[in-house]
Order: sequence, then structure tokens, then C-alpha cells
Amino acid sequence: MTWALVLGMIWTVTSRVSSTQPQAQPGAVAKEGFSAPDFTLDLLGGGKVTLSDLRGKVVLVNFWTSWCPPCRLEMPAIEKTYRSYKELGFVVIGLNLTAQDSERAVAEFVKEIGVTFPIALDRDNEVGNLYRNTALPTSFFIDRNGVIRSVIVGGPMSEALIQSKVEELLREGE
Amino acid sequence: MFPYLRLGPFLLQMPLLALVIGFWIGATFIEREAARLGLNKEKINNLIGYGLVGGILGARLVYAAQYASVYLANPLGLFSLSTSTFSPVGGFVIGIAAAALYGYRQKLPLRQTLDALTPGLSFFMIAIGASHLLSGNAYGAPSRVPWAMYLWSDYRHPSQLYEIFLALVIFTVVLPKMIPANAPGARFVQFVALIAVARVFLEAFRGDSILWLDGYRAAQVMGLVVLIGCMVLLRQWERTGQHESILK
Repeated sequence: MTWALVLGMIWTVTSRVSSTQPQAQPGAVAKEGFSAPDFTLDLLGGGKVTLSDLRGKVVLVNFWTSWCPPCRLEMPAIEKTYRSYKELGFVVIGLNLTAQDSERAVAEFVKEIGVTFPIALDRDNEVGNLYRNTALPTSFFIDRNGVIRSVIVGGPMSEALIQSKVEELLREGE
Repeated sequence: MFPYLRLGPFLLQMPLLALVIGFWIGATFIEREAARLGLNKEKINNLIGYGLVGGILGARLVYAAQYASVYLANPLGLFSLSTSTFSPVGGFVIGIAAAALYGYRQKLPLRQTLDALTPGLSFFMIAIGASHLLSGNAYGAPSRVPWAMYLWSDYRHPSQLYEIFLALVIFTVVLPKMIPANAPGARFVQFVALIAVARVFLEAFRGDSILWLDGYRAAQVMGLVVLIGCMVLLRQWERTGQHESILK
């Protein structure tokens, strides 16, 4: 076993990452630990949103449709969290997969729930494909540096889950 | 990579399924080994159960404790089915504590019990590798080796396959040869040492290592510490004549 220890020590030293060479060079991929792929989309009610413009803030990108029951169920919790933490630098983008939905149904649902955060319209499913969206709802928690830190596939997310993830990322900026 | 399987309105998490299957098969190996070592099978099963339940509860409670104000305001969040609100370290520590407490109270012999757990734990390591392969986690460093696989926008070492391969080697080749009947507990310690060696070797191919000062990979340093701990323990047992030399 001694030889294993000696070899292990040599291997640990030789395989260490030099300070000039980052251990991982994350490109933009929809995966924890990587930079969030950038996008620009039209907003419901007018205007546009670009993800990279939100750098410096904690962002929740929530993929949803108005016909998806768990999406509808978790929306009030997202709204409540948004209202509680927006002054601290928290932003939500409700990313509607409009290619699978209708703008009228989206507008009605947003009004019904009283959603105040921006609703982005992915009319061509471009962002859905970019984020390899396979299930609804799916939520990406993005830190102030634009790195995806947590991905929640499926729902509905509990209020505690959303708030704990947001608090964790907000604390990092303190 | 095959993280989810849609079954109507349900989304089956394949990595979690791999772990559950690994746990179930591992438990049967433990039961068989417990019988072979003359231990009470029922008590060993209970020990696993206490460890599992303690681990799940501990993982959730430790996570909730980190965000106490959130969970005090929304206590129902404690019952969420989401695995993303678990503290893995908290679950590990409390799970082991719960199992240890049960074993102590039931007067289960520590070393023999650990030996009985070894084949099951070894099989579970294969399941962990499979879980990583299905989720795409524990991914490899970018590489241009001919067997590199395309994952997360780059060609990478198939670190998950390396992990499964080494776990299989330990389970099928090495483990059956480690039966020092006169040295209770040695089999378990040797298994832990082997896992530590495997971690030190495999971590070099990972693309998501946590780095410590000067670019050392945390898992490799921890692996070496565990290996040294195992060697010290085995040496001590050898010196006190508790078993024949197994360090050579």
C-alpha cells in the first residue's frame, strides 16, 4: 500500500492545475457551473430583455407555458419571492415557450396571478432549444457572474426552495 | 447522458433511479455477507434502514438550518420532494451517526459489521458512476484522446466511464480476494483505501474539480489523507497483533 501512497502523491503533484491554466473553461452551456447562454427576447407588453444585461444581479430564468399545471402552481411562489428580494438585486425572467402557447393565454394568466416580473416570449423556441429544454417547468438560478448555479427540472417548486436558492446567491455578493 | 424519462405527466429522474437500484442490489449483497459472517441479518437490515432514513432527514434538516428564516416561514418546504434542497454532507454525517447509534445500542460488533457492509458499498460505487453518466455530472476535462466523448459543448475525458470501470474492477476483481478471516474490519479499511486510491487517480481527468491553493485538486488531497489514515489504522492493528500483515 505504501507504493500506492507514493504514486498517488506524485500523481497529485503532476496533475495539479497550474495557476495560469484554469481547471475548466466553461463555455456557455445550460448546465450548472457553466455560463448561462445569452439571449434577447421580446417582452410581453413591449420592450426586450437581454440576459447578459442583467450581469451583477441574481437571475431566475423560469421556462413555462400557461397550459402546464405545475408551471401555473409555482408561479405565485416565484412572484412572492421576486417581490421580497427584488430590492436586493434579484430578477426573474418568466420565459414563456410561446411557440407552444398563445400570447393571449399568457397575458390572461399573467393578469390572473398578478405577475409583476418580466415575461419573455420565446416565439420560435430558439431559447428553449439553446437551453435544451425537455421538461416544463424548468428553472435556472444564475449568479451575479452569469454562471448557472442550480437547475430545477420539473415542479412545482416550493417557496422555500426558491427562496433558499435566491438567498444563497444573494449572500455571495455581500 | 439520459437524465430524465417522461412517463405521462411524471418525470423520472434516471440518475436517482440508478442510485435506488444500486442501493437495493447493494443491500442484498450486504445481507448475504452478513449471513456469511454470522451476523444477525435483521439487525443489519435495520442498521441500513436507520442510516438511510437518518441520511435523508439529516440532509433536509441541515439544508433547512442553513436557511432557517425561509423554512420557519414556509415549514411545508421541509416535505418537498426536490433533491436540490438536500445537504449531501449533512445527510452523510447524520446518516452514519444514526446507523452507528443503532449499531451501538444493538451491540453489533463494529469491525464485522463494517466488513459485512463492504460488498454492498462497493456495488453502490458502481451505481454512483452510472448516476454520473446519466446526469452528465462529474464530467471530464476537455481532451482530444480518441475515446473522448462530446459533452457540454466540448470533447472530454469520459470520466464517468472511468469511474464505472474502476468501481467494477474493485467490486469484481479486487474485493473477492480480500478476505482476511483473521482480521475483522481489515476488509472494510482496505476497501476504503482502494476507493481513496481510485479517487486520487480519477480526479486528474475531471473537468469540475474543486481546486485548493496552488491548483491542487481537493478530492486528490482528501483521497491521500484517507489513504494515510487507512494505512495508519492497518499498521496499528498489525503491531498489536490483531492480524497478519496485509500492508505488503
